Amino acid sequence: MRVIKDKAVVNDDWCLLRELDNDASIPEGNVILPFAYWQANRDELLKGDTKHAVWIDGAIETEALLDDLEHFSMIALDFPAVKDGRSYSHARLLRDRYGYEGELRAIGDVLHDQLFFLKRCGIDSYELRADKDPEDALRAFDDFTVRYQAAADGAVPIYKLR
Amino acid sequence: MYKYDNYDQTIVDERVAQFRDQTERFLAGTLSEEEYRPLRLMNGLYIQRYAPMLRVAIPYGLLSSEQLRMLAHISRKYDKGYAHFSTRQNIQYNWPALETAPDILADLASVEMHAIQTSGNNIRNTTSDQFAGIAEDELEDPRPYCEIIRQWSTFHPEFSFLPRKFKIAISGATHDRAAVKVHDIGLYLVENDVGEIGFNVFVGGGLGRTPFIGTSIRPFLEKQHILSYLEAILRVYNRFGRRDNIYKARIKILFNALGKEDFSRQVEEEWSHIRDSALKLDQKEIDRVKGFFAAPDYDKNAADNSSFETARESNNAFSNWAKRNLYPHKVPGYKAVVISLKAPDAAPGDATDEQMDHIAALADQYSFAEIVVTHDQNLILQNVKQSDLFSLWEKLTEKNLATPNIGLLTDMICCPGLDFCALASAGSIPIAKQINEKFNDMDYLHDIGDIKIKMSGCVNACGHHHVGHIGILGVDKKGEEHYQLTLGGSAESDACLGDRLGPSIPKEEVANIIAKLLDVYVELRQEEERFLDTYHRVGITPFKESVYPKAPVKEKVYASN
Repeated sequence: MRVIKDKAVVNDDWCLLRELDNDASIPEGNVILPFAYWQANRDELLKGDTKHAVWIDGAIETEALLDDLEHFSMIALDFPAVKDGRSYSHARLLRDRYGYEGELRAIGDVLHDQLFFLKRCGIDSYELRADKDPEDALRAFDDFTVRYQAAADGAVPIYKLR
Repeated sequence: MYKYDNYDQTIVDERVAQFRDQTERFLAGTLSEEEYRPLRLMNGLYIQRYAPMLRVAIPYGLLSSEQLRMLAHISRKYDKGYAHFSTRQNIQYNWPALETAPDILADLASVEMHAIQTSGNNIRNTTSDQFAGIAEDELEDPRPYCEIIRQWSTFHPEFSFLPRKFKIAISGATHDRAAVKVHDIGLYLVENDVGEIGFNVFVGGGLGRTPFIGTSIRPFLEKQHILSYLEAILRVYNRFGRRDNIYKARIKILFNALGKEDFSRQVEEEWSHIRDSALKLDQKEIDRVKGFFAAPDYDKNAADNSSFETARESNNAFSNWAKRNLYPHKVPGYKAVVISLKAPDAAPGDATDEQMDHIAALADQYSFAEIVVTHDQNLILQNVKQSDLFSLWEKLTEKNLATPNIGLLTDMICCPGLDFCALASAGSIPIAKQINEKFNDMDYLHDIGDIKIKMSGCVNACGHHHVGHIGILGVDKKGEEHYQLTLGGSAESDACLGDRLGPSIPKEEVANIIAKLLDVYVELRQEEERFLDTYHRVGITPFKESVYPKAPVKEKVYASN
């Protein structure tokens, strides 16, 4: 999987499982599990000492993950369409309120012009939609050098700098 | 008025570069039509019936003369020499070429203007009272808070893809001139028991297909918490607002589905986590922004000059204009002047490049170089000395800008309608023309007095028909333009939605039927009653009977309208 991380395009071996029957076994390798699968198999999955990766979309309440954050090395946030902005709030809540420090990955309808907003909400890796050139999208992070408001990227309200 | 510093200027300059890049990618084919759409909309660029339309933000309606000159220049250079002021205090260009939009934005940026978030599912221009800063009934000037909200909401990373558009309005006066209660969030500056000033927060107002008057969810909010409270409301909306149906996606639907109690509980719960975060405003920042809106250097002796009264007595036309188009000012010897963009032969809210240049020059000469766009699509010079009124009036007359009809029947709110808009079901501008032709007797109009006609060419209600004293809604009835009338609406302090008069009427009958309604009013009015007052006293029946003399037709037959 080619993803954008730290303003660079890198290859990583995470495999996103969009669907997985709750009674199926997990394929080999690093996989991102549907959250429903995690919930159904939680006790079993907790037996190992490895951390896991899950993906959620806007239909799931952020608070449903709270008991398990320590077990996740990655939470992938789905954007089923550009206009579906619910996962921005997921990211803000996970970073600002619930102290999640693992990887937050944007998946789904993720395009060049969302990257600036996604990064500001605390998302730190981006799987651009497959038909788009991730190299070309890298410049999106530099679209704006000034940010008016505080967010999950450490920015302070601009007036504090005035 | 607010002046950009390097930070503000950098943001609009970088925005121009970003939008130029987006547009180039679209023209080169690397961005599809579908992918480009939300990006251009976030920048106010629509593709309309005949051409693109670009909506430019005029934050809380306030313009410098330099900015107005640039708006005139843009209409000349990139458009057909005119533009349209909207009910949200913005301006719209109806004929720009898509390829030139980045250049237009660059021109705008050169005078501290932009088109950021003038469309799309994000937080739009915060609107306000057109007499903010000078009204006698003002508790506090709302514009500093509008500016603080403008900055907070600009490119807000979490709230740029909301379920639907989001509109905020603020009033600081006793009388609501900003239609606050028909906004997604409406804020009134109010005083509490111990003399502190804060906000009464209304949520869930709005027009469109399912109109609602907003509800207060927090009668008093301390000023320093305004941004954290807005963020709490927006977060609840962004998470839980409906996204499955565009017509049920506004916050009013969520609010009414949850009910006031549950909605407020969720907002307060969210707020409890963020109220003391970086969102909490410093008094220093409030004071800094307030500094930009300090009163201009008024002439202390302005009230001594009595030439205004003399001119009124000797010139009937000037007197009529002074009666309708002036508004009281808190400083003795000054008036606010409403420049009517509702001349009988013009499309309501339109101004030509020449008129805009002319008004800019008059603002320089008479009103501290500032102009305000009103919610009812006129322009205002807020600070005119009474000794200058006569010469100002003469100069306005030269460019057809002194129609003495403010607040009268022909001072209509009107959307672009079928003449421009891709969403429209029927024309609005031709109806305005019909009304102007029918009611061309100024004495009659002055006798009818205050009345608000508001007209929308479709159910999306850009012309606010629900809250017109007489509302006119264009509908498509089997391919023909028909009009649905409502009576008794108001967007002011007594905000309420109009009642439907009856079945829709054919296009050619609209002005005639308004004449019948006015006859009923003239017959039944008592003393100083306005049309709206009489309507609320006597109810809909006499009006209905005058228009539909036969047996009433069942409403539901027309529900498909």
